[in-house]
Amino acid sequence: MFDIAKYYEAKTLEDALSYLKANPDVRVIAGGTDVLLRIREGKISNAHLMGISFIFALKTITEDEQGNLHIGPMMTFTAIEENEIILKHIPILAEAVGAIGGPQIRNVATIGGNVCNGATSADSASSLFCLNARLKIQTADSSRLVPISEFYVGPGKVILQPGELVTDIIIEKKDYDGYTGTYKKFAQRSAMDIATIGCAVILKHDGKTISDIRIGLGVAAPTPIRCTDAENIGRGMTISPENIDAMAKATITNMRARDSWRGSKTFREHLVYELTKRAVKKLVGLPEEE
Amino acid sequence: MSFNVIGKPVQRGDAAAKVTGRALYTRDMKMPGMLYAKILRAEIAHGYVKSYDISEAEKLPGVVKIVLPKDVKANPWPSAGHPYSLNPAHQDIADRQILNEKIRLFGDEIGAVVAKDELTAEKAVKLIKVAYEALPFVLDAEEAMKEGAPILHGDETNILRHTDIKHGKEELSTAFSKCDYILEQEFDVTPVQHAHLENHIAYAYVDPEDRLTIVTSTQIAHIVRRVVAHALNLPFGKVRVIQPYIGGGFGNKQDVVIEPMAAMLSLACNGRPVMVDLTREEVFYGSRTRHGIRFKFKTGVSKDGRLLAKSMVSIGNNGAYASHGHSIVAKGGTNFSRTYPAELATEWNGYTVYTNTATAGAMRGYGIPQVNFAVECHMDDLADDIGMDPIEFKQKNVMKLGFVDPVSGIEIKSCGLPECIEKGKAYIDWDNKRKEYLNQKGDKRKGVGFALFSYATAVWPFSMELAGARLTMNQDGSLQLTVGAAEIGQGSDTVFAQMAAEVMGVPFSMVNVVRGTDTDIHPYDPGAYASRQTYVAGQAVRQAAESVRDQVCARAAKKYDIDVKDVEIRDAKIYRVSAGRLLCTLEQLAMESFYEKDESSTIASEKSANVKSNALAFGVCVTEVEVDVKTGKVNILKICNIHDSGTIINPILASGQVEGGMSMSCGLALSEGLKYDPKTGQMLTDNLLDYKLPTVLDTPHFDVDFVEPYDVTGPFGNKALGEPPAVPPAAAIRNAIKHATGVRVFATPMNPQSLFEAFREAGLN
Repeated sequence: MFDIAKYYEAKTLEDALSYLKANPDVRVIAGGTDVLLRIREGKISNAHLMGISFIFALKTITEDEQGNLHIGPMMTFTAIEENEIILKHIPILAEAVGAIGGPQIRNVATIGGNVCNGATSADSASSLFCLNARLKIQTADSSRLVPISEFYVGPGKVILQPGELVTDIIIEKKDYDGYTGTYKKFAQRSAMDIATIGCAVILKHDGKTISDIRIGLGVAAPTPIRCTDAENIGRGMTISPENIDAMAKATITNMRARDSWRGSKTFREHLVYELTKRAVKKLVGLPEEE
Repeated sequence: MSFNVIGKPVQRGDAAAKVTGRALYTRDMKMPGMLYAKILRAEIAHGYVKSYDISEAEKLPGVVKIVLPKDVKANPWPSAGHPYSLNPAHQDIADRQILNEKIRLFGDEIGAVVAKDELTAEKAVKLIKVAYEALPFVLDAEEAMKEGAPILHGDETNILRHTDIKHGKEELSTAFSKCDYILEQEFDVTPVQHAHLENHIAYAYVDPEDRLTIVTSTQIAHIVRRVVAHALNLPFGKVRVIQPYIGGGFGNKQDVVIEPMAAMLSLACNGRPVMVDLTREEVFYGSRTRHGIRFKFKTGVSKDGRLLAKSMVSIGNNGAYASHGHSIVAKGGTNFSRTYPAELATEWNGYTVYTNTATAGAMRGYGIPQVNFAVECHMDDLADDIGMDPIEFKQKNVMKLGFVDPVSGIEIKSCGLPECIEKGKAYIDWDNKRKEYLNQKGDKRKGVGFALFSYATAVWPFSMELAGARLTMNQDGSLQLTVGAAEIGQGSDTVFAQMAAEVMGVPFSMVNVVRGTDTDIHPYDPGAYASRQTYVAGQAVRQAAESVRDQVCARAAKKYDIDVKDVEIRDAKIYRVSAGRLLCTLEQLAMESFYEKDESSTIASEKSANVKSNALAFGVCVTEVEVDVKTGKVNILKICNIHDSGTIINPILASGQVEGGMSMSCGLALSEGLKYDPKTGQMLTDNLLDYKLPTVLDTPHFDVDFVEPYDVTGPFGNKALGEPPAVPPAAAIRNAIKHATGVRVFATPMNPQSLFEAFREAGLN
């Protein structure tokens, strides 16, 4: 049994935003795969929830005239995995969200929920970091655009204020056009597991040189991060196993992994090095393993 | 032996009921006026409750009763699902209270709330304020044995029991002096949990005629009745225990975990039905676990690979309470003594030790998965060290047909092990792969590994074996079979029906099994444990069926005035053998037994079989793995268990048992393990996210094979099958990792973190 005191089902985006404004204590529930767990664990009691699952405007994926992509935050992972626009332009995101939980979770959990939950382990986040995603945040009276790199402020903490709702996830054409990408999730299990390390890499190359590269990591720091030091080494780099190895080694400088009973700092650092190396090799057509 | 129904892959009788959701489990059976309980659990690992403040909790609307230790009047009780011993020296340790004043583990039961619904009970539990007096605690068994360690029970020692067994022609030290090579090693098997689908759940009520009734998900209904009756001072006949369909047990329900609590709470609420439904977290820390055991070996061999002397020290972490006590570590000791007999001397020292961790109890394999992992790794390493092929070395030293176990006196009367080994070698292409995978370099390396086992089917002669079955003939010649043995998903009801049909000469479909266990209805049987049911309860079923068959034949002989030896039942028809002539159908005879005016007497039999034998099952596991030395990930490419369990009663169910057991052992080997916070003693892995039970995607395809020597001691030539599949895979996987990488691992689980560290130490990453 869940300790839910009150539940409101928003009908439209406007309805949701005005209910949020009128009820500062309300908590938004999307797919519920995180919120319901917290209620069960007793971390939320007498919950006042607002459901937004019936707001159609938040459940679309579109490509605008400039070729920018708009991902509705209420898109479920299954819907993203199967979406033609995603598969055509940013298949890395389909790969990443396909690594989450199991089919039942992916059928209800949403990308907006995954991001707003603020977990460093969110499988969608590292890819969105690579893609320089921006989040549209609305209140009943205002709207702002925030780069995803500024959205996370700490473990489980994001910049959302009471009354605010993420209403769009935007990826500009310049951030995906011409890139190939891959997401390497390392977890103990092949399903139903949280990442020990999540490593997303997108890059542009001509077979000889990598002209641009972006590396996004999960569980390598209290929030998802980008490996700017390694990216700087990789940008313009001649493709060779030795160069890739040196670049992958540089990921460590941006990391802030820590020892926990779930995995040691040394192991996580080693995994980032190994996964980055394998991801880049895969993307440039070299054998992944030695 | 040729059989008509036995050995056939009939579909299990309850399959459709279960997959369509029509089978009702404990949670499905709500009663009018039912109340729900939640347990108040300690938030320290060791100490006392100084005071409770229940004032806030009492005020919560919907709270019916708050119960604290001082309110409970009950005798201390033993929780183990063992048959009672009439000898007080052999009785299980009665160290349980329904609610505890002294706290021995983080999560110990220190109070309970009964309310109109679970949410209210849960909220009320949170409103109870508890002040503690904390004592130092100890989590590691070897630490707990040291002088000065915090003591859990009494004030002398944490050692529950110590066994010292020695046998052989010579003193151990003399024997070691004659060895050409001696290897000393230490292994650690981390505790794991059963993770059955259905959590522990029970409800209790007082029926309209003042009898206490408990509906519970248990493997041992009759034992629950005995324990609850003792604990609450009730006459046996006034306690009724009902076990409906059950969602798995694997030994965790071979223990009286929550039934006394449910019964006590119902009595505290004027006999209203009270349900206790544990959460997954509570099951992890508050039910039972497999024992974590540390093994220390010293083993000596001759140059040509003969095992001359061996010693083992095993230290089992029993957690906070006795539960099954020393039996599990002891069973491992007897297995060690016999599987590879040493020519000159054998010594074993076993300790079972209390610590402030979750209580360890029975789990599929009962101590053998642990000792087998350690012994099969140790023997493999010994073979490597003296330059011998591990299979050749093991085969040379393992016990053979006719061997008499020096400790139990059990004689091996059937042994298909040599055939299992040959099949295993062929399956994995052993000789070629052992050479092919030498000296690999890359990130991913392959290896093959092997382990064998022996396994005692039942508990005789260490404990008694008794099982009951009743077979009643209906008017149409069909039969109702009522067995005390518990169907817990393993398929026992189906194989019992096959046995009855076989003896009776009727098709399988004519035997109806009276499902579940109800102590008012089902004859006495201590329950589902060991690998005893087809072996022990099978004898009772066989005897009851033989009696019913004989009654039918006698009735037919009288009716047709022929010699009873000349009567035979085939396909539910009665024949005169000498004339090759059909006499009548079974239905006709059954109808007459009910309704014939002068000679009616219904046909039925109830038998209680006291089985005084035991048989050893054997088998091997062979596997090929691929190891990523950079990330510590292990991928099982091929794995096969080959079993000698004597006659296979039902090949589909048997394969299912083997696949399930292999999956448990793969989890133990590669990912599962319970962890505790060293600062607080709280279990860290009390949920299915942090406890890495393998998912279906982590599960390789399991190949299964059988060899079927007929064992004369089994009712149909059959031996243990329930537990053995969970025994050998872990060691085979470890030995394959060693073959792939050259790195010897000494602890489970061999998960990425631990393998990464081992490979780093070896310079592989």
